[in-house]
Amino acid sequence: MRAVFLALIAAFALVLGGCGYNTLQSNDEQVKAAWSEVINQYQRRADLVPNLVSTVKGEAQFEQDTLTKVIEARSRATAIQATPELVNDAQALQRFQQAQGELGSALSRLMVVAENYPNLKANQGFRDLQAQLEGTENRVAVARNRYIRSVQEYNVTVRSFPTNLTAMAFAFKEKPNFTVENEREISRPPTVSFDKPVASGGPPAAASR
Amino acid sequence: MSIWRAFGCLLGAALAALAWMLAGAAPPAGLPVLTGHVVDETATLTLSQAQALEQTLAQFEAGKGSQLAVLIVRSTAPEDIAAYALRVAELWKLGRRKVDDGAILVVALDDRAVRIEVGYGLEGALNDAVCKRIIEEMVLPRFRQQDVAGGITAGLAQMMRSIDGEALPAPAGRHEEPGDELKVFSPVLIIAALALGAVLRTVLGQGRGAVATSGLVGLLAWFMAGTVWVTLLAAAMALVVTLVGPGVLLRSAGVLSSAGGSRGSSNGGFRGGGGGFGGGGASGKW
Repeated sequence: MRAVFLALIAAFALVLGGCGYNTLQSNDEQVKAAWSEVINQYQRRADLVPNLVSTVKGEAQFEQDTLTKVIEARSRATAIQATPELVNDAQALQRFQQAQGELGSALSRLMVVAENYPNLKANQGFRDLQAQLEGTENRVAVARNRYIRSVQEYNVTVRSFPTNLTAMAFAFKEKPNFTVENEREISRPPTVSFDKPVASGGPPAAASR
Repeated sequence: MSIWRAFGCLLGAALAALAWMLAGAAPPAGLPVLTGHVVDETATLTLSQAQALEQTLAQFEAGKGSQLAVLIVRSTAPEDIAAYALRVAELWKLGRRKVDDGAILVVALDDRAVRIEVGYGLEGALNDAVCKRIIEEMVLPRFRQQDVAGGITAGLAQMMRSIDGEALPAPAGRHEEPGDELKVFSPVLIIAALALGAVLRTVLGQGRGAVATSGLVGLLAWFMAGTVWVTLLAAAMALVVTLVGPGVLLRSAGVLSSAGGSRGSSNGGFRGGGGGFGGGGASGKW
């Protein structure tokens, strides 16, 4: 009788030890924190854009097309409400990521074009903004990496046995993760053309070596 | 008897968990070890230059509390310097816990690249633009004239001047150790194990009492720490203690806490205080 009682206690302890309810909770919280950091850094980048645009506008004959693209991409990116619930919706996450990716490429295009304007490059205000933008892009990359890792950890917990049973019982679902931003570009084979000279964005250093 | 087989299983699992924990404590391969404020893997600095820098940075840490460090490597390949510097920062954890006031100046000689990696707490004083200016105006001109030591000294001096303007908490006498789960919970667990063990041993007899104690203590450990290995370890310890007597417990607790203490402090007194980094700072090339 006592042995049965003891076996029950031991079994209970083992089941509770293995069910991973606490692990699920802390992983979920980790994902939320990492997501907030991602939004935070994207917001920081969006906040830099008005300053950057007004500084660049000071340069009289700056390419209007490039500037307009940055402004448009920013308004599209900030139009998406980045709520915490977004992380549970694969399609909304995809849209968010695409809008932010477009802003990123519009900004990097702006920086490449700015290289052609010596006055702008000599402007200390512009140089500071450039440094801030570089730093923010780096922070975005770091925040995204940490988010990807936290979602991975969460998903592994949700899918592996026996925590998947607990996850099912308490309705913890797998979360969608970030994907590589330029997936389509990477998977497309590069086209090589010898007809016309390399455009201003190309890397001439690589060709000369 | 099945109880003894269960005992064997538990003990084996606890030992495996312990071995895994100790193996996991080793730093990842390929990253430099934090041996002091100045880590020069290329022997670029002369001994006196390195000592002077070390002294300046140690004084600054004592006076202001912020931990600054210099790392000189040959190359950061295959990563770029920003990713590499962040990995080093995450490993070294410079800066005080919760204040996050650490910063690292990383120089990659063969890549001709330099980066200032800034902890969360210094992102105001050393924002990206300030870091960029320090690199462009103080560090790179000297590096271009092959004066690596001069560039590093000038850069660090400017960094310290910027940090001096920032209101940070006063430095404490000693760094608080990052909370080790086992150490935090072990007093409660030890008391629980002793009390429970004594009661259950008289009620159920030695063998069964020990198993019951181990189960309950394991349960307790699980609720407090929430980690599998702490649970297993606590359960196994409770089992052994109740079987053998409390004298062994005190000795084994001593062994465990000394093992935990030696993990971080094996490098001559200087180590990161647990500061966090998020990719702030600036890079430059010469």
